Amino acid sequence: MSVEVKTAKKSIFRYNIREKINEIKSNRVSYFFLAPYAIIFILFTVIPVLISIALSFTYYNMLEPPKFIGLGNYIRLFLADDVFLIAVKNTFVFAAITGPFSYFLSLLLAWMINEFRPVVRAIFTLLFYAPFISGNAFMVWQIFFSSDAYGYLNSFLMNLNIINSPILWLENPQWIMPVVIFVAMWMSFGTAFLAFIAGLQNIDPSLYEAGAIDGVKNRWQELWYITLPSMRPQLLFGAIMAITQSFTASGQVIALAGFPSVDYAARTVVTHLIDYGNVRFEMGYAATIATVLFFTMIIAQRIVQKILSKVGE
Amino acid sequence: MTHTRNKKINRSTAGNVFLFIVLGLGAAFMALPIIFLVNQAFKPINELFLFPPQFFVRNPTLDNFRDLFILMSESWVPFTRYLTNSIIIVLFGTVGHILFASMGAYVISKHKFPGRDFFNKLVVLSLMFAPQVTAIPNYLVMSKLGWINNLLSVIVPAWAYSLGFFLMSRFMIQIPDSLIEAAKIDGANEFYIFLRIVMPLVKPAWLTLMILSFQMLWADQGGRFIYIEALKPLPYALMQISAAGIARAGVAAAVGLIMAAVPILLFVFNQSQIVETMATSGID
Repeated sequence: MSVEVKTAKKSIFRYNIREKINEIKSNRVSYFFLAPYAIIFILFTVIPVLISIALSFTYYNMLEPPKFIGLGNYIRLFLADDVFLIAVKNTFVFAAITGPFSYFLSLLLAWMINEFRPVVRAIFTLLFYAPFISGNAFMVWQIFFSSDAYGYLNSFLMNLNIINSPILWLENPQWIMPVVIFVAMWMSFGTAFLAFIAGLQNIDPSLYEAGAIDGVKNRWQELWYITLPSMRPQLLFGAIMAITQSFTASGQVIALAGFPSVDYAARTVVTHLIDYGNVRFEMGYAATIATVLFFTMIIAQRIVQKILSKVGE
Repeated sequence: MTHTRNKKINRSTAGNVFLFIVLGLGAAFMALPIIFLVNQAFKPINELFLFPPQFFVRNPTLDNFRDLFILMSESWVPFTRYLTNSIIIVLFGTVGHILFASMGAYVISKHKFPGRDFFNKLVVLSLMFAPQVTAIPNYLVMSKLGWINNLLSVIVPAWAYSLGFFLMSRFMIQIPDSLIEAAKIDGANEFYIFLRIVMPLVKPAWLTLMILSFQMLWADQGGRFIYIEALKPLPYALMQISAAGIARAGVAAAVGLIMAAVPILLFVFNQSQIVETMATSGID
């Protein structure tokens, strides 16, 4: 490469930088507006994620400084940690059932609710959404599934002579996961559900008229050819919310199944993470679990995005 | 709009009746635990432990609520202290969130500048973050800032809650650019435009942000960064009281009802605005 070309490249490069700086300067009002949010967001979200990724390659117990151990944590996690494999299995079972089920049910319910007058719509929306925002109301299920004869479900089933001794719903490893999944479904009509309701209300009615002329015959065809394609952005937003909810369930799991649960029957990736992070103080290892979970969720989101692009085709 | 909605095409009456029955059954199932919670909270002690257990209350009483207040007034940190902490957290957390998220969302949705799309992508990506995933490094950040045992550790991160920012920026995109351009031609500066033109137009969105941030902060027990009893918020105290086992079953139901009633009522009164905001929540 000749000297002239090099200097020319350098000056172009320098010119680009200067141009960028000018561009940034001329937009300083925009940066000023964004700054407070951006600083807090970076400090409490971006930096922690980066620290988490960095810590995942170390041994760190919060007392001694982190010690670099390469892929040690990852090798241990996938090859030597039997409980993690149980947690992964449980999380995938949980996510594979609650995720799609609550997602499609949210959509179906939103669509059904949207068929009615605004007042009826508002009432149904409230009834389905309330469990999601009602804080610890899911504790009620604990009374319902209580393991002695005073538990509502046991008492009910015994009255009907379906069972003759109480079932240990929350202690029997066979039953813990189904119960937790059931309760999770009950409180799963959340943000995505509201987004679907809203998305449906905002579809241009003239699209349906045009569809009727083009030969759309019933509400099912309308749903597939007009409604769903029109609300594709909400569908993706709802998918992200559903993935997050189903992969990171921990609060209700711990409340219902206890911590640790019998035979690790309700151990999920997040409760595994809480165990190592908050109980055993193996921070490097906990960070590895967090990192793996995080990338799994991104992959799940990418797959869902691919699938959603096919809707209505 | 509502008028045309009633006359939908391609609809059969039988279909509508069928849908209504299905929805009604579903809604009844959803509401059952909450109705049970209300009943449970008003049950006298003998009905709480009746065998076989009864769903509905027969002789409603306020005993459980009275017991709750007695327990609260006997705790060595005064009840009002917990309440004050909660009010501080909810108030400052919510106001800061609405202000900073709206300011940021305004330039993200209406200005073009280097780094904008990248930042936007980061926020969408962070919608998938669960707080547990970053709990450990967050603790390190908090302790570096000296915010352990400081209400700031609950309040300030709530300002950057990404779902609120995301919903706000999506909602602001639909404000016509011509409106902002016209104000600029009239000589208004960005601050004026933001406060006097943009903010009044996005009222549904900031009501939504208010509810979302309220829900999150109201339920916060301060557990991760606050260890001093006198700085704990109300939900923590209430949960401690109700966690004392079977003897407090009635009080626990009263606590559950109070904790659930506040966000549900807020939602009831702001439902239409929230739904309006959610309509623009899509991701392309």
